[in-house]
Amino acid sequence: MKTSPENIIISKSEKETIAAGKEYAESIKPGEVIGLKGNLGSGKTQFVKGISSYYNVKDIVNSPTFLIVNQYEGADPATGKKITVNHFDLYRLKFKEELETIGFEDYINEKSICLIEWSRLAEEFLGMEFREVNFDFGEKETERIIKFTKK
Amino acid sequence: MYTLAFETSCDETSAAVLKNDTVLSNVILSQYFHSEFGGVVPEIASREHLKSIVEITEKALKEANIHLKDINIVAATSEPGLIGALLIGLNFAKSLALSLKVPFVPVNHIQGHIYSSFIQKEKFEFPFISLIVSGGHTLLIEVQDFFRHNLLGTTVDDAAGEAFDKVAKMLGLGYPGGPEIDRLAKKGNPDFHKFPLAHIKNKPYDFSFSGIKTSVLYFLREINYIEDNNDKLTANICASFQKAVVDSLFLKAKKAAENLNIKSISVSGGVSANTGLKEKFSSLINKGYRIYLPEPSYSTDNAGMVGITGYFKYMHTNDKAIFNDVTFNSRAMPRIKYEAV
Repeated sequence: MKTSPENIIISKSEKETIAAGKEYAESIKPGEVIGLKGNLGSGKTQFVKGISSYYNVKDIVNSPTFLIVNQYEGADPATGKKITVNHFDLYRLKFKEELETIGFEDYINEKSICLIEWSRLAEEFLGMEFREVNFDFGEKETERIIKFTKK
Repeated sequence: MYTLAFETSCDETSAAVLKNDTVLSNVILSQYFHSEFGGVVPEIASREHLKSIVEITEKALKEANIHLKDINIVAATSEPGLIGALLIGLNFAKSLALSLKVPFVPVNHIQGHIYSSFIQKEKFEFPFISLIVSGGHTLLIEVQDFFRHNLLGTTVDDAAGEAFDKVAKMLGLGYPGGPEIDRLAKKGNPDFHKFPLAHIKNKPYDFSFSGIKTSVLYFLREINYIEDNNDKLTANICASFQKAVVDSLFLKAKKAAENLNIKSISVSGGVSANTGLKEKFSSLINKGYRIYLPEPSYSTDNAGMVGITGYFKYMHTNDKAIFNDVTFNSRAMPRIKYEAV
């Protein structure tokens, strides 16, 4: 299982999706914003669990759909420096102006990474395109197809 | 003692006035907008909230028939929530406290939900088990005394209310989906289909609702629901799904109460309005349990719960001087710190 850019992997279980997230986290730089795309139940939160475990986050990672953003404190194993994992779900937002009022820009800095579900409004707001991870259902109930796009 | 309280952690902007632990007024922007402007729901944490906080405050004072100069303490949600949204209420409340020269009490939103069950109710006693179920949270807490909380469990993926809304969406029902599923479930057969619930190894009090959501999704595909459905089928799925979620919440809360030998359970948060959940917990009353449920208006996010929690916090803190110092120091904390709950 290799998660370099342009790669596609087929995850056979939640465990494998978590492992894929953990491996992918090695490629994330502090300050980076990453888009996560996929339908309900396609494995986005599991993938974030994997990323968070790479940063040694102790809190339970759960869905940000209602709260819009969950924050977790961890440390970058490469540098030992503290890092905040911001897990967004912008599904409930309708206008890019809302990002300004929730204080979106305050979450983006060199001491944190941002993982964003339904990231279109954030891309419009910042006027840039994010590196993306796409999630899709496989043939079997537990199977997920995870696609990594390069920047 | 009069408290003026604010809640602006996420979607809602709300202000309340309390006399001791009694809520005199509880004004919530979305409801206010709804009635005053004919169904215009404001956008999330928008500038509208910032603009309206003065208006909401004036309305809360007027409804309570209290003047600003009569206020003894000001309370506001300081954590957790959206940073931009929290700051609207927090900065407004802190400035107000400073100008009135009264103490400012920062309130944890989750603690607000814990004490929401006791607004306009008869006296309550410690200890009790608190189950908080909303769109954003699913938490099981042992409450030993005022502000002595022991977190027992939480959801490891989706919140219970979120599962309701997502399944409602799959079934093509309206938003918010919780009340709609609840309504249809009454007409359906809860034993129509058994949706499985995940058990988390070695964590008897943690919840998981992501699996049931996926399981409903695959079930709908299997029966080709989109092409071929009818009211009876929808009602049956709603009833079966609701039973699975309610059973999970109920059994874990009951198990916690039994294991800790506690005979009182509080259920709060938006999902506490669910009929199935209420019935299930009410069945424990015959077995010698006390069940605390908030009035529906205090189950979703509101400033009344922030007010009662702020009032209790102020009354049960020996060194009240800290509430004069915090005016400038108190900062918005977006992260949920489970150890603080």
